[in-house]
Amino acid sequence: MSSHTLTEVAAPGDPRDAEPPRIVPRRRFGQWTAAGLVLVLLGLAVNSVARNEAFRWDVVGDYFTSAAVLRGLGLTLWLTALVMALGFALGALLAAGRLSANPVLRGVSWGYVWLFRSMPILVQLLFWFNIGALYPTLFGVKTVNLLGPVTVAIIGLTLHEAAYAAEVVRGGILSVDRGQVEAAQALGLSRWRRWWRIVLPQAMRSIVPPAGNMLIGTLKGTSIVSVIAVQDLLYSVQLVYHRTYQVIPLLMVATVWYVIVTSVLSVGQYYVERHYGRGSELAR
Amino acid sequence: MSAPMVDVRSVHKSFGALEVLKGVDLQVRAGEVTVVLGPSGSGKSTLLRTINHLEKVDQGWISVDGALVGYRRSGDKLYELREREILKQRTRIGFVFQNFNLFPHLTVLENIVEAPVSALKRPRKEATEAARGLLDRVGLADKAGAYPKQLSGGQQQRVAIARALALEPRLLLFDEPTSALDPELVGEVLDVIKDLAHQGTTMIVVTHEIGFAREVADTVVFMDDGRVVEQGSPGDVLDAPRHERTRAFLSKVL
Ligand SMILES: Nc1ncnc2c1ncn2[C@@H]1O[C@H](COP(=O)(O)OP(=O)(O)OP(=O)(O)O)[C@@H](O)[C@H]1O
Ligand SMILES: [Mg+2]
Repeated sequence: MSSHTLTEVAAPGDPRDAEPPRIVPRRRFGQWTAAGLVLVLLGLAVNSVARNEAFRWDVVGDYFTSAAVLRGLGLTLWLTALVMALGFALGALLAAGRLSANPVLRGVSWGYVWLFRSMPILVQLLFWFNIGALYPTLFGVKTVNLLGPVTVAIIGLTLHEAAYAAEVVRGGILSVDRGQVEAAQALGLSRWRRWWRIVLPQAMRSIVPPAGNMLIGTLKGTSIVSVIAVQDLLYSVQLVYHRTYQVIPLLMVATVWYVIVTSVLSVGQYYVERHYGRGSELAR
Repeated sequence: MSAPMVDVRSVHKSFGALEVLKGVDLQVRAGEVTVVLGPSGSGKSTLLRTINHLEKVDQGWISVDGALVGYRRSGDKLYELREREILKQRTRIGFVFQNFNLFPHLTVLENIVEAPVSALKRPRKEATEAARGLLDRVGLADKAGAYPKQLSGGQQQRVAIARALALEPRLLLFDEPTSALDPELVGEVLDVIKDLAHQGTTMIVVTHEIGFAREVADTVVFMDDGRVVEQGSPGDVLDAPRHERTRAFLSKVL
């Protein structure tokens, strides 16, 4: 319907209309132009990456599922999982300490978070790696034998992770209305039950999004352990390109794997969020 | 006269430097409905919360159904009970909050079943059956599977009442159960409370609904500034108040 048809109709909403006048949305030429421009630029970029011989996609294909790369990927995955689990377990304890009535626990928890958030993770890893200089023997064993690179990586990353996890968990607990705990107390629910059945599931709604962020950050952050020669995904491809000098293709191998795992985790996060969103208006 | 169901004796309570209860005495007999009136900040909620030990008293004592609340007496000292014993006492006292405090991540049925199953160790099947009966009683039999956010305020408060009743408490405490509701929803909640009153449930109700007090209360208590200023039958306190402060308050709310 063109605009002059509307003027022919006596007035908008004229009672003599057989049907009410149809609504024609405003044309948004600016938006179309912008979208078109962006798509063209994107196409050019993809084209150049795909066609540029220097990327050597054939080499990427050769190494993508090679034993060394898959072993590195495996280490990255289990290191991430372990650090997340230990980090959040310690973080939950720290959060509980921070929210407790005991001033000593509160102070210690605060101090921990302050210290480990202040220290760059790289500095911490190097510190633990060289701890033998401070304590040559631990429990009667030579420190260098006790703390191999992988153990150092686990300790360093976990201590770092826990400081952030503590804040995420604390924020989640604080987001639960105080009345919830009171109602549970008034119903005679035990401390454990109040925590496990009432507070935690509600806290999870605000814990999951930042925890998902942290998980993905940790997945990529574990690549820092390559500085202490732990053979994770990044270090494994580095070993290859130090031999073959095909730096870019091998970095692409690692990158594509990181992208794949991150994508899978993002999908997982969607479902976890939906689970804990039960009963909230936003989720349905 | 038999021992009162609720016996509050010279209870004092302060928050920091602010003394909120300044020696409150109150007796409630079994099967009676007591309505507590008073201006904002007079200590009504605090009094109600001390009765199930959500707040600790600083001085004085409270007994419900013959047992001291939150303490054990030995000689001339009162020792605070352990958490487990306090929780057990609370299962005999139902509490209904102004803003319902239903658990939003649990369905209506799960809200009601939670305490009987986890605090009283009732078999889940039995508790579920009882919960359905209670939902029927508050007129919400068809809402068992809904989440609290899907209900109106009045419906949520009726679920909260059913949740309190699921423990078969000896005493019910209501803290302004209709204050958070739109005016047209107040009636449905008061009807449920009236129904309980007619069945002889012992209740203490903090409310600003004077009409409800007149119709249902056996005793009306007027509190001001942390003290019980006046108490008596609704006729006495509401129609012929003896204290100036009661008169001033009633002239504002009526
Ligand atoms: N946890 C607390 N910490 C500090 N002060 C408190 C606390 N709870 C209550 N108070 C104070 O105690 C006083 C009495 O509060 P209370 O809630 O018992 O009053 P109320 O009679 O129920 O009032 P309202 O009609 O507004 O609900 C108020 O001044 C309040 O600010
Ligand atoms: Mg109050």
